[in-house]
Amino acid sequence: MKYQQIDQYAAKISQEKRAAVYDGSKSGYDSRLKALFTQYQNPDDLRRLAGRIKQHTIENLDTYLPQVEARMQANGVKVHWATDGEAACREVLAIMQARQARKIVKAKTMVSEEIELTPFLEKNGMECLETDLGEFIVQIGHDHPSHIVKPIIHKNRREIATLFEKNGLGDYNDEPEVITRRARQYLRQKYLEADIGLTGANFVSAESGRIVLVTNEGNSRFCLAATKVHIALIGIEKILPRDRDLAVFLNLLARSGTGQQLTVYTEFIQGPRSAAQPDGPEEMHVIFVDNGRTDVLASDCREILRCIRCGACLNVCPVYRQASGHAYRSVYPGPVGAVLSPLLAGKKFPELADLPKASSLCGACNEVCPVNIPIPDLLLRLRDRGKQEGSEAAAAGMPPMGGYAILASQPAAWKTALALGGIANHVPTPLLPQAAKTWVETRGLPPWRGGKFRAWMKNHRKTS
Amino acid sequence: MSESREAIFSRIRGALQPLHDRAPYPEYPDNVATLAGAGAAADLWTAFKVRTQLVNGLAFDNVAALVDWLREKKHLRGYCDPALWAEIGGSFGDDFHVERVFDRSQIDTYQFGITHAAGALAETGSVILKDATTASRLAALAPWVHIAVLKREQIFPDVAAAVRSLGSDPNVIWCTGPSKTADVEGILIQGVHGPGVQITVLA
Repeated sequence: MKYQQIDQYAAKISQEKRAAVYDGSKSGYDSRLKALFTQYQNPDDLRRLAGRIKQHTIENLDTYLPQVEARMQANGVKVHWATDGEAACREVLAIMQARQARKIVKAKTMVSEEIELTPFLEKNGMECLETDLGEFIVQIGHDHPSHIVKPIIHKNRREIATLFEKNGLGDYNDEPEVITRRARQYLRQKYLEADIGLTGANFVSAESGRIVLVTNEGNSRFCLAATKVHIALIGIEKILPRDRDLAVFLNLLARSGTGQQLTVYTEFIQGPRSAAQPDGPEEMHVIFVDNGRTDVLASDCREILRCIRCGACLNVCPVYRQASGHAYRSVYPGPVGAVLSPLLAGKKFPELADLPKASSLCGACNEVCPVNIPIPDLLLRLRDRGKQEGSEAAAAGMPPMGGYAILASQPAAWKTALALGGIANHVPTPLLPQAAKTWVETRGLPPWRGGKFRAWMKNHRKTS
Repeated sequence: MSESREAIFSRIRGALQPLHDRAPYPEYPDNVATLAGAGAAADLWTAFKVRTQLVNGLAFDNVAALVDWLREKKHLRGYCDPALWAEIGGSFGDDFHVERVFDRSQIDTYQFGITHAAGALAETGSVILKDATTASRLAALAPWVHIAVLKREQIFPDVAAAVRSLGSDPNVIWCTGPSKTADVEGILIQGVHGPGVQITVLA
């Protein structure tokens, strides 16, 4: 096999799309650097602190989840629990049916992508419309998002203009401003007609039961200003212990995600609207979703549950930039996706077991991560798991390592091999052992220099 | 439903049970993520103005300056919180048509919406809206221009201080400049779903 599996998937994506992803992710990285490093003396300390707060939280979910549930109920919120995606979809449907509702307007939520809510609701005769501009374009194009923060990073204005024309949103016009105005006009009527506003949550405070939503467009605010019922779909790992932690995380999230100090709208929701307020939900539901997260918590990769979905690791990753999001074949692409997607896949783990290999382990993702997730370590653990479970995708392109294992565990054999290894310089490729042949299929073999280090070490000891 | 709850909690307990030393909650000072000097400004209104202009928000020192701007832009039709109108209505001339009831079936007829700010944030240039003091969520969102009327003593120095003062209102929102997107080719466009112009005026 010539390349990593991800390269084969990437090869099916048009060059135009991949170029758009490359440019978009690079500019995202540049603005993040500027925001963090010109404004803080030591942003790394902040990342580490945030990482410790989140690690503490996920290791104490058994305390914080009951606490947040009690707070929410005291605030007048109805709390539901869903073990998997299907259960979460059914909870949404049940709430709709109880209210005799038919139309949902939806702000961007990754969990809803994960549980495939929209197709489920449509099958059940409901309407579910995306309101984030990027997600709306994804929806009318029957496409998938390719970035956590910038869902249409892979699309250019011409494609979007064509889509709008096809969907009756005016004549062809590819000016970004015209595209945005048309979406504004179309969607504001939809908000007003909708029965339910559905959102995710960026953070949930266990102390107050507040959920925090951040957007730039104001679409989640419109969902919560125009509709009578609010449903929030929330992964069980979204908790923060105290309100004061929100200040740390809000500062980090916007800077890491988009290079902003704060996103335009930061909304703190503690329950249904207040009595004097004419607009907004009179009923609020929170659905806490597991969908594989407790398996991740039980694994040796639980650090990935710290993730706050800022997308910084996507923007910085050389593999993501080249391969683009769709090559990851899952809701979460990039380095975080290479860890999270196979873990959340449950029984389908083997199908995505190649993703942890889609990395050069350069470590850039760890360096930019606002919660300091050691992604390269987790990738290695998952590579190991893939091999242990005998997954084909994890083993693809890997030479058999049995001979190496014998050599590496017996010093005498190792020494002999080093002495004799020089022969390899003169052996033509077809005659090499299988392990070395797999290696040279895609790269050159360096000249044999075995034993040099040992000799140096020996001399070094003598002289020092 | 309670079955799902039990299933999830028992899995969590199972997952955490082998952990002997759970990570402790780290101690840290409240202002750990605050910009250097953000709280030190003697005049928070001036500090706020600088910051809000950085995110393309507008700030006026008084209602007269706001009225001049609205007139210049020909924004003469809008909505105003009735309680506020009693205070500031006198500064608007007869050329303005300002309603005190927001009709959601006519949202595109309002060029501007005027509501109370519950506070502001000097560090970020954000205005704070709370359910208790916002006459209508839609009126502060749907018109092209949103005007938040602020009192000088309501300005918080930084994010940490504003978080400490969230209080018990069921809905608090910080608006940091006009609604924006960069979804199409990374090009910044203002006024996506919410206001294309975000104004704070001192009164």
